[in-house]
Amino acid sequence: MIIDHPLLGPRDSSEFVYLGDARMLDRPDPDAPDAARAFYEYGYLRDNPAGPHRELWFHEGGDRSWLVVTRDTVTHEITRVEMARDVARAKGRST
Amino acid sequence: MSQPNRLSGGLIDRSAELSFSFAGEIYKGHPGDTLASALLANDVRLMGRSFKYHRPRGPLAAGSEEPNAIVELRSGARREPNTRATTAELYDGLVAEPQNCWPSLRLDAMAINDKLSNFLTAGFYYKTFMWPAAFWEKLYEPIIRKAAGLGSLSMEEDPDTYDKGFLHCDLLVTGGGAAGLMAALTAGRAGRSVILADEDFTFGGRLLAERESVGGMAGADWAAQAVAELATLPSVRLMPRTTVIGAFDHGIHGALERVSDHLAVPAEGKPRQILWRIYAEQSLLCAGAIERPIAFENNDRPGIMLAGALRTYANRYAATPARRVAIFTCNDNGHRSAADLHAQGIEIAAVIDTRADAPDSDNYPVHKGAQVIDSRGRLDLKSVRVREADGTEHMIPCGALGVSGGWNPNVHLTCHQRGRPVWDDALSAFVPGKDLPPGMTVAGAARGIFSTHGALASGADGAAEALGIAAADVPTADDAPVSQTPFWYVEGCSRAWLDQQNDVTVKDVKLSHQEGFRSVEHLKRYTTLGMATDQGKTSNIGGLAIMAEIAGKSIPEVGTTIFRPPYTPVAIGAFAGRMRGKEFHPTRLTPSHYWAEERGAVFVEVGNWLRAQWFPLPGEKHWRESVDREVRATRASVGVCDCTTLGKIDVQGVDAAAFLNKLYCNGFAKLAVGKVRYGLMLREDGIAMDDGTAARLAEDHFVVTTTTANAGRVYQHMEFVRQCLFPDMDVQLVSTTEAWAQYAVAGPNARKLLQKVVDPEFDLSNEAFPFMACGEITVCGGLRARLFRISFSGELAYELAVPARYGDAMMRRLMDEGAEFDVVPYGTEALGVMRIEKGHAAGNELNGTTTALELGMGRMVSTKKDSIGTVLSKREGLNEEAGLRLVGVKPLNPADRITAGGHLMNAGGPVDAAHDQGYVTSAAYSPDMGSMIGLAFVKSGDARLGEKMRLVSPVTDLTVDVELASAHFIDPEGGRQRA
Repeated sequence: MIIDHPLLGPRDSSEFVYLGDARMLDRPDPDAPDAARAFYEYGYLRDNPAGPHRELWFHEGGDRSWLVVTRDTVTHEITRVEMARDVARAKGRST
Repeated sequence: MSQPNRLSGGLIDRSAELSFSFAGEIYKGHPGDTLASALLANDVRLMGRSFKYHRPRGPLAAGSEEPNAIVELRSGARREPNTRATTAELYDGLVAEPQNCWPSLRLDAMAINDKLSNFLTAGFYYKTFMWPAAFWEKLYEPIIRKAAGLGSLSMEEDPDTYDKGFLHCDLLVTGGGAAGLMAALTAGRAGRSVILADEDFTFGGRLLAERESVGGMAGADWAAQAVAELATLPSVRLMPRTTVIGAFDHGIHGALERVSDHLAVPAEGKPRQILWRIYAEQSLLCAGAIERPIAFENNDRPGIMLAGALRTYANRYAATPARRVAIFTCNDNGHRSAADLHAQGIEIAAVIDTRADAPDSDNYPVHKGAQVIDSRGRLDLKSVRVREADGTEHMIPCGALGVSGGWNPNVHLTCHQRGRPVWDDALSAFVPGKDLPPGMTVAGAARGIFSTHGALASGADGAAEALGIAAADVPTADDAPVSQTPFWYVEGCSRAWLDQQNDVTVKDVKLSHQEGFRSVEHLKRYTTLGMATDQGKTSNIGGLAIMAEIAGKSIPEVGTTIFRPPYTPVAIGAFAGRMRGKEFHPTRLTPSHYWAEERGAVFVEVGNWLRAQWFPLPGEKHWRESVDREVRATRASVGVCDCTTLGKIDVQGVDAAAFLNKLYCNGFAKLAVGKVRYGLMLREDGIAMDDGTAARLAEDHFVVTTTTANAGRVYQHMEFVRQCLFPDMDVQLVSTTEAWAQYAVAGPNARKLLQKVVDPEFDLSNEAFPFMACGEITVCGGLRARLFRISFSGELAYELAVPARYGDAMMRRLMDEGAEFDVVPYGTEALGVMRIEKGHAAGNELNGTTTALELGMGRMVSTKKDSIGTVLSKREGLNEEAGLRLVGVKPLNPADRITAGGHLMNAGGPVDAAHDQGYVTSAAYSPDMGSMIGLAFVKSGDARLGEKMRLVSPVTDLTVDVELASAHFIDPEGGRQRA
């Protein structure tokens, strides 16, 4: 596969390490009253879609960016690649 | 007589003669021959024995689809089993042996299997060898392995090298026949980068095998002219002897180039093969078509071949399997073979055409509406039995029979991303479907365009469309329409071979249906149809057709199995490339490696690192002698150990402390500059991930260490926390593991030794540089260094870091300066002994299942702040009173062994899994304790110190009475490290 890195352009997937569902960006609020349940769901419950999937890849053999890659798990078609940091900011994780 | 079946003409070089041997006999051939064509020219048809029934077999085809003529090529360490004689390019001195036969090819003892064929039908192994299980390993499997199977390995190391390469192009053209050549000309003339790959050693595809003209000249001449032009075009890369083995994601193709397989030995410095990864914007598949046979009784005798293959041997290789040949066909293409062979002076005994309206010939008899129903001949074909349209039967003597059931587009690569071929009624064949790998188009016969003109034109158009350029002018060529009427098998046949490599017959397919294995996927696996190394290129369609007929369905209703990479078998060596033996992964050497080598150190692999395990002295006979000495000397005076391999990560930024506070379960915000703290990292699920130290060199600057094995993973995790969870923390990370050589200097004289190398302006006294202090210093007269007063051994200890390029010199200096203290270097074994004596957790304890509480560090998990893993570490299940706790274990009898992995049981209680109390994670002989000791996780272990238990290890047959103790065997108050 080829991952079109937002900063570095198209790179072979062998330069990357796969982590999994990009939902791992959504770390719950540890101070919320239902934090235990929220962390359980965050840690253990994952969708396993046959189709588009947003997932985390680490450019270990490159610039060490975490990327959010939108990949179709059936066809391996990659439709979007974003810097995970930008996605995290957009989700309001800056605070 | 030399080469009795050699004809005139052909594309072989008669000016040179090549000598080769097969089954111990010496033969002659010419450059341009394959092993199969040369053997046929020498009147050798019998080339192997079949997989299961050991039936005599000869070549069926003339290309890589060959199921039968597979041999062991070359000798000694270069011997390669299962090589297709039909693609093995002849060279002088070639040595080949038939396989799967004993004692000889002509007299094979296992041919008895053929007589037992009533028992050895589909599913035989499943049905017969069901029990008892022990019989499998000892009895059945060795017998089956000996009897069945294909070639054998040399069992010697492969002396050749294999390379990997990477290529990029606008257009990859797979197959260099009429369509492929036109596609490459179209792209190349327009200046677009194009790769033309063909598995053959000569470009031209079927043009080399046919007697027809292209652009007013012989097809082979036109192909040669096209190749000559392509060679002059700068944007064209011609890759003969290169098989495109797979079409992978995003336009990436795998291709195997056989650089040296046509030579006895690779040229100096050249690899045997190169596995290319080709990144292609677009790809055009021009893989041609593969002829399909017709099944009839005993259709597998040597001499019975595909009619198109007979034509290839005659026209291209000037070879024939026999001087008297018959043809069995259901379409006009069979007549073409008859005409070509006749033109070459071969006697055509008969053309047996299943069609009542078959065309006539002036040159040979045509039997219309007739069928070949059986064959005779022990080791090769002697005659065929023909049933005429009126039902009468008679024998026709012939040495070879060409069979043509029509042609199938070669759709293999179109399926590599689960694309399914679709049925074409006009061709009675599967053609490429719509769901091709992205970027791929198909041209020529592979697309079902069977005329030569059609192939040329579709190749040009395919390249033009793919690249958005104009198509090259197409030369004139035959453009007769091609129609195919299917004829799959002769009514009433049973031992009629479909898959000749896996010995699957029509009878097996019928049995599969009868026993309920009716879907194509079940049929395939139950009968093994199409599961051999040829992937059923010539056989799948026949099996599907018969299944369809039995089920009363059409072939498209029954469906088809699909193909997967590789297109043809690839040696494992090619996938490994240079990554074998020591090159399998990189070897990382510590800064003191060469020094340690001089000292005769024994090394151990830790991840990719080589670390000194111990340093034997002359006279030490057992590793324990060395290790015990190293431990004693360190605890008595001073020892030095290279601990460079621990991961070192530089953390800098205004938010560095806040970041570490998130990362470690214990607090770091209040750590003073100049101090080190032990830190435990949890995973988000509350399980311990890694531990290490963080040293605060400045307000905004920490150096974090990780365990050797986890250095990469921890760094990745830290970047995840930084970029994904807290994207606006002002903090930067960089791995500096390789930048610093780091030595542990441990023992009561550690300070005295260091004072000799650390520059005098730095005060190392206990007051000025106490336990857990750190600082940037200089050594040896101005060399920058870092000093950390941390202790893994429990002794007064420091870790001294110097820039890696000074690592070797630093170690030598420490040894020289330490001579007056009898300094010893110690390796990982002594390191391990001392940390077990001190009760420090390491990888064995941080094993991915244990929590801070279990490790005895429950109180470290801060309740005042959030960090990764805190929330879930509070889960009920991880906080049970009766949960595992880390304790020490020692034997009641000091002579007894403690083994890591052993389990602890209550003294006097039952010994079974239900009463398991815990397990030992680390064990070592402690010179101080005078016995072995261990660290163990035991249920409520912290409340059971002093309790006597039984340590059992059923796998090593060990039962030992032990006592639980504090994990801190040595200096539990920590006085030594604070001294």
